[in-house]
Amino acid sequence: MTTTSPPQPGELGLLARPGWPDATGHFGVFGGRFVPEALIAALDELTEAYEAMRVDPAFLEEFARLQRDYTGRPSPVTEVPKFAEHCGGARVLLKREDLNHTGSHKINNVLGQALLTRRIGKTRVIAETGAGQHGVATATAAALMGLSCTVYMGEEDTRRQALNVARMRLLGAEVIPVTTGSRTLKDAINEAFRDWVTNVETTNYVFGTVAGPHPFPAMVRDFQRVIGDEARAQVLEREGRLPDAVLACVGGGSNAIGIFTAFVPDEGVRLVGLEAAGDGVETGRHAATITGGSPGVLHGARSYLLQDDNGQTIESHSISAGLDYPGVGPEHSYLHDIGRAEYRPVTDAAAMEAFALLCRTEGIIPAIESAHALAGAMELGRELGPDALLLVNLSGRGDKDVETASAWFGLGDREEVDPGPGLDTDQQATEGAISNDEAVAGPDAGETA
Amino acid sequence: MSLLASRIAAAKAEGRAALIAYLPVGYPDVERSIEAMVAAVEAGADVVEIGVPYSDPGMDGPVIQEAVDVAVRAGVGMRDVLRAVEAVAAAGAVAVVMSYWNPVERYGVERFAADLAAAGGAGAITPDLIPDEAGEWIAASDRAGLDRVFLVAPSSTEARLRSTTAACRGFVYAASTMGVTGTRATVGDAAETLVGRTRAAAPDLAVCVGLGVSDGDQAAEVAAFADGVIVGSAYVRELLEGRGPDGVRALTADLAEGVRRAAVTA
Repeated sequence: MTTTSPPQPGELGLLARPGWPDATGHFGVFGGRFVPEALIAALDELTEAYEAMRVDPAFLEEFARLQRDYTGRPSPVTEVPKFAEHCGGARVLLKREDLNHTGSHKINNVLGQALLTRRIGKTRVIAETGAGQHGVATATAAALMGLSCTVYMGEEDTRRQALNVARMRLLGAEVIPVTTGSRTLKDAINEAFRDWVTNVETTNYVFGTVAGPHPFPAMVRDFQRVIGDEARAQVLEREGRLPDAVLACVGGGSNAIGIFTAFVPDEGVRLVGLEAAGDGVETGRHAATITGGSPGVLHGARSYLLQDDNGQTIESHSISAGLDYPGVGPEHSYLHDIGRAEYRPVTDAAAMEAFALLCRTEGIIPAIESAHALAGAMELGRELGPDALLLVNLSGRGDKDVETASAWFGLGDREEVDPGPGLDTDQQATEGAISNDEAVAGPDAGETA
Repeated sequence: MSLLASRIAAAKAEGRAALIAYLPVGYPDVERSIEAMVAAVEAGADVVEIGVPYSDPGMDGPVIQEAVDVAVRAGVGMRDVLRAVEAVAAAGAVAVVMSYWNPVERYGVERFAADLAAAGGAGAITPDLIPDEAGEWIAASDRAGLDRVFLVAPSSTEARLRSTTAACRGFVYAASTMGVTGTRATVGDAAETLVGRTRAAAPDLAVCVGLGVSDGDQAAEVAAFADGVIVGSAYVRELLEGRGPDGVRALTADLAEGVRRAAVTA
């Protein structure tokens, strides 16, 4: 599929950085550290150890070896011409992070942080998880490196993502359902911080996205930038040019930062983040933090967030558990404010339309998170027209989402499944596998099946 | 001299530690939370730490979270907090606000400082704001003449003890253990060690100890080495278990006896 050779240690993107954050973790006015003093020593220790590790040839070699032999990097780039027919004729290339071991980009980061955990001599890792992908990745890395692992997951999410709970437990991790607050990802993060402050002597917090206090946003970005480093070289090699736009879904924003970073200096390349608009930003039931939020402080950093007039975090809503988060990484807030990246909302319905379309036209079941980026490509492609070249980060695969998608499309567990007009196998995909309103009617459609 | 520092000094002049009672605004509702605060003052609390409800209280354990969740859902905000400040000050105690940073930032840092001073508040404790990030608050609290209380922890380095205490006015909050708020069977040696290290870094600043103190015996233990004893979860539990202002009075009496007992044995 690809002829790009694995990055060599000396060429690893880890050694390259944009001009931010500053030494104390600020991306312009965003980022920083808004945490209890008790955690500062641990964050300082992590920062210092990480800065030493990222220039250590032995680490770089081991990290590159794991990425190649364990994760299966580099991930390929796949052109999807039949899907692209629904994108105004623009050409669409997918960066296939769905093909990584554990099924998403999350493994890129946890391998780095697990190596760092070993380096600072801690024996236990904790993690938060929403959809379960970061929890599974962390449990995987912990199993590989002999670390004990505890994953905090909102009780609500443990029900929505029961399969991933089972996967984590198979991998030897302890999964703790969180029953405080809204019982979702944000509360899992609170609980993980409480565990960390209590057990910091033995425990490292493997944070799953480019949010949180310094050094997490910079460190997670560095570990994820391999996505864009590879993709940029792959696109140049096969097309002899850069893409016109790079698209990725944004919850906390790690897969987006991962693919954006290599392209930030390429001013002609548009960087487009797709936020989960749930029922629509205007309904208030969404997770589109930059589109519909305002700057504030949450989970250790200043960034955009969804908040009310009292500064209370507002619960987010999205069909995608991985995007269902009321905050966003501070670097995204910065890229937004300096105008280097743009952020657009994608509703549940639009994401599910793109989800079904990729399944039917290309034989690839994407994660619902990544389907938001695909929906963004459909919209942007129509705006840019047939000459455009779009690079989309397919950040994860959709195995975990089969139940949600079945409910959405009314595919239930009846013996004779009527897939509905939108998924009728006799229909031409080019008709729009899901252009029929009934097929994208919303969750209620599933309950009537 | 700051309101907090002078009240703590007055307690010291009596040969005892100050008693600082934490109660969140809005549990079980705004009126009754203010009644509970006034009850604590009448029964002998020197300072009331008035908690601003917040949806993501990362430093708090389950007891405080449970109460604060109720207040957040009821939409309790800074106006209610300022009413509590006025009531506590009128009752004769020093009122200090305890707030995670986002509610303050949302209200407006400058406006918060001005309104808090106008309500008769002494200042604010900011558990998730370190001095390194506090430029705006330091400037605003200076202009308004407010105290500002940052935290130190057993994990704080000597350099951080120095820089953090240098940014404090009123007192410094010593988090006795590595962990979140909640009652504990023992407060432990870590607290005494931390107080000693903090005093070495800032000989002229009062050091008050929080996290884990729940009764008169523990208060006496902490009062033997600290300038003030901060009690939170035990107060909130009185309200959660429905004992209301009477429960708050009884707990305060026990604690007030504890902070005086130390003087006898010290």
